[in-house]
Amino acid sequence: MTVTVYVPRDTTALSLGADPVAARIEQAATERGVELKLVRNGSRGLFWLEPLVEVATPAGRVAYGPVTPEDVPALVEAGLFEGGQEHELALGLTEDIPYLKNQQRLTFSRIGITDPLSLDDYTGLRGFEGLKKALTLDGQGIIDEVKASGLRGRGGAAFPTAIKWQTVHDEPPGQKYIVCNADEGDSGTFADRLVMECDPYMLIEGMTIAGLAVGATQGYIYLRSEYPLAQKIFNEALRRAYAAGYLGENILGSGRHFDLEVRLGAGAYICGEETSLLDSLEGKRGMVRAKPPLPAIQGLFGRPTVVNNVLSLAAVPFILDQGGQTYADYGQGRSLGTLALQLAGNVKRGGLVELAFGTTLRTLMETFGGGTLSGRPLKAVQVGGPLGAYLPESQWDSPIDYEAFAAFGGVVGHGGVVMFDDSVDMGEQARFAMEFCTVESCGKCTPCRIGSVRGVEVIDRLRAGEDRDANLELLSELCETMVDGSLCAMGGMTPFPVQSVLKHFPDDLTRSRGGAPC
Amino acid sequence: MYKHNNPSAEGLSTPPPDDQPQSQPEQIQQAVDSLKDQPGAMLPILHAIQDRLGYIPDAAVPIIAEGLRRTRAEVHGIISFYHHFRTHPAGRRVIQVCRAEACQAVGARALEAHAKTSLGVDYHQTSADNEFTLEPVYCLGNCACGPSIRVGDDVHGRVTPARFDALVEELTTSVVSLRGGMKP
Repeated sequence: MTVTVYVPRDTTALSLGADPVAARIEQAATERGVELKLVRNGSRGLFWLEPLVEVATPAGRVAYGPVTPEDVPALVEAGLFEGGQEHELALGLTEDIPYLKNQQRLTFSRIGITDPLSLDDYTGLRGFEGLKKALTLDGQGIIDEVKASGLRGRGGAAFPTAIKWQTVHDEPPGQKYIVCNADEGDSGTFADRLVMECDPYMLIEGMTIAGLAVGATQGYIYLRSEYPLAQKIFNEALRRAYAAGYLGENILGSGRHFDLEVRLGAGAYICGEETSLLDSLEGKRGMVRAKPPLPAIQGLFGRPTVVNNVLSLAAVPFILDQGGQTYADYGQGRSLGTLALQLAGNVKRGGLVELAFGTTLRTLMETFGGGTLSGRPLKAVQVGGPLGAYLPESQWDSPIDYEAFAAFGGVVGHGGVVMFDDSVDMGEQARFAMEFCTVESCGKCTPCRIGSVRGVEVIDRLRAGEDRDANLELLSELCETMVDGSLCAMGGMTPFPVQSVLKHFPDDLTRSRGGAPC
Repeated sequence: MYKHNNPSAEGLSTPPPDDQPQSQPEQIQQAVDSLKDQPGAMLPILHAIQDRLGYIPDAAVPIIAEGLRRTRAEVHGIISFYHHFRTHPAGRRVIQVCRAEACQAVGARALEAHAKTSLGVDYHQTSADNEFTLEPVYCLGNCACGPSIRVGDDVHGRVTPARFDALVEELTTSVVSLRGGMKP
């Protein structure tokens, strides 16, 4: 009898030794004469358990983790190949792990279950059903479905996706483009990477549907160069999708045309800003453009262009397949559907948590995250990447939705949640926010280019104990100037983390370096 | 050296038809010629050259400028804009240490300091034996399992100073394929 064992192969699992674990399992199977079918699946997103080994049993898949190569002999001895649960790493049925069971996975319903490159696995779990539905509709019909879902841009700006599509759709026919922003540069985020490494056909399907909706025949995925594995897996998925007729000049025999290509970025955070990304795709320095004109009207090579984040496009197949209303039944207020939250930093149980909008940060960090990895008290949490504010405990009970966060100056952004314990020096974090901007500013506008340099200097003076009141005032004014005067979110939001430290953790900022920790 | 397996650069990986090794300008010219007709060909060309040569030599600038009908100043400006592109050869391996917040929260600052001391270099410098070039990187997308570093195409998670030293030791003493990354 063949035993099916799953060992994930996403970046995180590999970074913790999944390859040697897989090799040891194969070796053990050979030694014991076990007929082994080893599947290199995607990750379930339960990163604290990686490498998470699963074994197929009649009752369902059972899990073990985190498994090191050294654990394998003992695991096998304890009945790994039979799905035995006697070993201390045994976790029971994967689907019953509370972290997974308590999620609402609409977009990430397949990750970790499938072999990312298997078209059979994908179509076996409703893959390409959304595309088939879209092929029965006209462009307006597709856009109406997306409109009904209430989907808003998951990259951070939260602009209604259907309105963007409508604008491009309504432009006169001619060359139009779909551009996927896969320049996932925010620290604390990895959901785009998971899509591309663990369920790549979902993004292909979403982009193709977008192309059908607006009349675009060419799509580009702008992928950051820091994700070499995502590039490899995704390019292979593209090749297979073309071969199977899901892409190209005659999609599934419909006569409709859509081509897709991955373009690699080159280590510039600013290229996650959509106009900078377009300049980079055109082969230029990634400089921010003034808006208007909107990319939907004059985008890539001056043509109407949909620029959407990976997660926005990845939500589309579900919406077309299950209906926009089904998606909109999740969430609250104007934040409908689910959000891929990513628990990161100093967290005991880090990973991907897809939930309907409306849960609180505290629930997320405590119930899912289990508190800090270090076991020390949580001090601050940065939500929404390096441009997001540091939130003190008083703000952890607000529901996570775009409006509720905006009300207190928070940023949901791309859903990254980076936790810090009480050993963090918030003054150092404020300085880093400014320093990061000096490194990554495109340089086009002065508040961002010069303001960030001055910001580092003022913070250094404050932390050296110089002229406290004058420098605090100067820093506040500098932050206001950057917020009001910058061309894009880079300079305009870099002050958010700094201002949050000024407001909630002022002692860390003015305490001299070398002083006693709090 | 990065190896990105950029499919558009695959043509470059095939050896020239005769046994004569290609000169550097020939390799650059080949990269330009094979990619210049794509829309927005600049970045694919720069990646192809760096994947092949390990860096983008000054001599590439006029060849790219000519091929894409851009000025040399523009080409130089584009190369210098992007952190990924280097204009000088790196050491045998590039080690990137993540400096971003999620890794900071679990000790990346200490790891950075340790890496610099241990290799005897600062960022953007190459160790005296030409073995390692140290680079900062802002996020490898491994944020739940930091601190993270990247060597070639391999990302390593939960890197303590001790694990860093063990890894460096392993890389120094063993002949490991540069290809790394996804195994079949």
